[in-house]
Amino acid sequence: MAGLTLFDKIWNAHVVKSVEGGQDVLYIDRHLIHEVTSPQAFDGLRKRGIPVFRPAQTIATADHNVPTLNQHLPISEPLSRFQVDKLTENCEAFGVELYGLGHQRQGIVHVIGPELGITQPGMTLVCGDSHTSTHGAFGSIAFGIGTSQVEQVLATQCLLQKRPKRMRITVDGTLSEGVTSKDIILHIIARLSAAGATGFFVEYAGSAIRSLSMEGRMTICNMSIEMGARGGLIAPDETTFEYVRGREFAPQGEAWEKSLKYWQTLFTDADAAFDEEHHFNAADIAPILTFGTNPGMGIPVDGSIPQAPSESSASFDKSLEYMGFQAGESLLGKPIDYVFIGSCTNSRIEDLRLAARIVQGKKVPAHVTAWVVPGSKQVEQQAKAEGLDRIFTAAGFEFREPGCSACLGMNEDKIPAGKYCISTSNRNFEGRQGPGARTILAGPAMAAAAAVEGKIIDVRSLST
Amino acid sequence: MQKFTRLTSSAVPLPIEDVDTDQIIPARFLKATTREGFGENLFRDWRFHPDGSPKPDFVLNNSIYQGAILVAGRNFGCGSSREHAAWALYDYGFRVVVSSFFADIFRGNALNNGLLPLQVSPEFLHLIFSAIEADPQTGFSVDLEQQTIRIGADGPQAHFDIDPFRKVCMLNGYDDIDYLLSIKNDIEQFEQQLVARGS
Ligand code: SF4
Repeated sequence: MAGLTLFDKIWNAHVVKSVEGGQDVLYIDRHLIHEVTSPQAFDGLRKRGIPVFRPAQTIATADHNVPTLNQHLPISEPLSRFQVDKLTENCEAFGVELYGLGHQRQGIVHVIGPELGITQPGMTLVCGDSHTSTHGAFGSIAFGIGTSQVEQVLATQCLLQKRPKRMRITVDGTLSEGVTSKDIILHIIARLSAAGATGFFVEYAGSAIRSLSMEGRMTICNMSIEMGARGGLIAPDETTFEYVRGREFAPQGEAWEKSLKYWQTLFTDADAAFDEEHHFNAADIAPILTFGTNPGMGIPVDGSIPQAPSESSASFDKSLEYMGFQAGESLLGKPIDYVFIGSCTNSRIEDLRLAARIVQGKKVPAHVTAWVVPGSKQVEQQAKAEGLDRIFTAAGFEFREPGCSACLGMNEDKIPAGKYCISTSNRNFEGRQGPGARTILAGPAMAAAAAVEGKIIDVRSLST
Repeated sequence: MQKFTRLTSSAVPLPIEDVDTDQIIPARFLKATTREGFGENLFRDWRFHPDGSPKPDFVLNNSIYQGAILVAGRNFGCGSSREHAAWALYDYGFRVVVSSFFADIFRGNALNNGLLPLQVSPEFLHLIFSAIEADPQTGFSVDLEQQTIRIGADGPQAHFDIDPFRKVCMLNGYDDIDYLLSIKNDIEQFEQQLVARGS
C-alpha cells in the first residue's frame, strides 16, 4: 500500500463518517472564535434552542475590532463596542471561555492559539477567519470557515468537508542574508499566483523550511490562503516540540510523553503521492514587495514592475492605477507615508526583535507615521521586558496595544486614501487598510528599514 | 435556507478577475450582528464615492443591467472568509454568481446560504459576457436539477458541476447543520474512540 501524506494521516484520524457524494464528517479538536464572525452563529443556536456542544474545546478572543490605544477604557466606537459586548454576552450565555480586552491572554486569535499551547500537532483546528492556516505550522490541519460553519462546529464539533487535493511545496537550500520567511511565502505566491493553490492543502517541506523557527513557519502557513489554498502545514519536529513544551495548555507529564509519541508519527511517508509538487531554491529568493492589489503581485525589491499579462490586462491595469504605479518602474526609492508592523503574519516577538534591531538608534522622518502593534498581550509584555518598546518609541514609532489593527482597518487604525503603507500584514486588496489606502506588503525587516528611511530601500544595503 | 431549483433572469456583468471579499463587503461594514441588510453596502467602494453618492461608471449603478445573476471574472470571492460576502450578494438580490473559477471558502459560504456559485469554462464565460454586451436584456436559464445554464431562449448551453451532496441540500433547502445534528450519536461515539486513542 502506498504511503500517506501528513495531511491524510491527520484527516483520516478525524473522520467520524463518510457521506455519499464524497463529503466527510470531520471532527474538530479546537475551535477559535472572535467577535466579527460569531454573533450570527450564536443566534443560530438560539433559534434552534441548542447549546454549544463542547464549550471546553472552544476559545474566544476579541481582536478584529478592538482599539489599539487605551484598551482599559470602554470602546468609543459604538458599533465595535456592540460587537465586542455581544461576544462577551454570548460567551457567558453559552459557557465559552473568553480572553477579552484587558485579559492577559488576549490577542490576535492566530497569535494566542500557538503561544498558549492550544495549537498542537495532529489536531484539527478551525476559526471563522481565513488565516487560521497559521496553525498548520505545528503539523495540524487548520483552516478558515464561514459563519454557518462556525455554527455547525459550535453545535456539533464537526464539519462536512470534502477532502482537498494535496500539494507539496519544497524549499531547499539556505536563505541569503536579509531574507526572511515572509519573503519565502511572498516569492511562492508571486510564482503560483493568488489562485494557484485553490482546491489544495499545501505541505511545506525542504531544508529551508525545516531550518525556520516556529514564528517563521507560522508566517509561511499564515499566507497559504493568499494563493487560494485551504491551508498549509509543516511536519512537526524537534523545533515544534520544543516550542509547545511547557506552554499553558500543552500536555504535561505522562500526557506529554504520550502525545509526543503520537506526534513523532506525523510526517509524510517517503512513498506518499501528491496531486501537485513545486520546488524552490532558497538561494534564489530576494526580499519581496508587492506592487499591486493582490498578494500574488510581488517582485524582488531590486526588480521592476512587470508588463500586464495579455490574458488579464484589464484587471492588472486597474490594479496599477489604484496603486499609482507603472509597469517597468522600480519600487526602490518610492516614498512611503505609513508603516504597519503587526497582524497575525508578523507580530510575534521574533518579528518585533528583528524590526527593533533595524530601527535602533535611527529616526523615522516626520512625514512618516509608523505603528508597531504586537500580536498579543504576551508579545506586548515580552517586548516591554526586552526594552523593544523603548527602541521603537525612541525611533519615532508608536508602540500600540494588541489587535488586528491596520491589517483590516476595522478599528480607527486606517490608512488614508491615496497614502502608501508598507505593511507586514497579508493582504494588499483595494481598501483593505482603509478606503483608498495603498498597501505594499513586505517582511518586518523591509518595513522597518523603509520606516527609518522614509522610502523603500533594500534592507540588504543597510549596515546594522 | 431557501430552496433553489431553477431561475431565468437577465444578468449583471462584472468582468474583473480576483474579486476579493474585501471588495464585495469592506471590513468596516462587518459590524452588524445579524445576517440581513448587507446588500446596501455590497461593493461599497466600487459603487459609491466616499460622500455616499453613486459612481455612475459602476455596473450596479447602471439601470440597463438588472437581474438575479452576477457574472464575474475568474477567482471570484478570494481573500477573507467573511460569510458576509455571500449574505451581501444574496441580500442585494443575487441568487446565482457565474465565474470561471471560485475561491474555496466563498464557494462553501455561498452554498450554505442558497446562493449558487456556478462555474463555467473560460470560453463559456466569454460567451456570456459577449451576449450581455450585445443585449443587456439577454435572459439566462439556470437549472440546478439538470446542472445546466443556457444563454437566451435557445442559445448555447453549458453543463456545470456541483458536489452531489451540495446539490441535494440546495434543491431541498437543507443546510449542513441539520444533517450534523441528526448524527449526534455517531459523533459522541467517535469522541470515545479519540479518548481511548489518546490523540
Ligand atoms: S491580523 Fe489581519 S489577517 Fe490576521 S486575523 Fe486579524 S484581520 Fe485577519
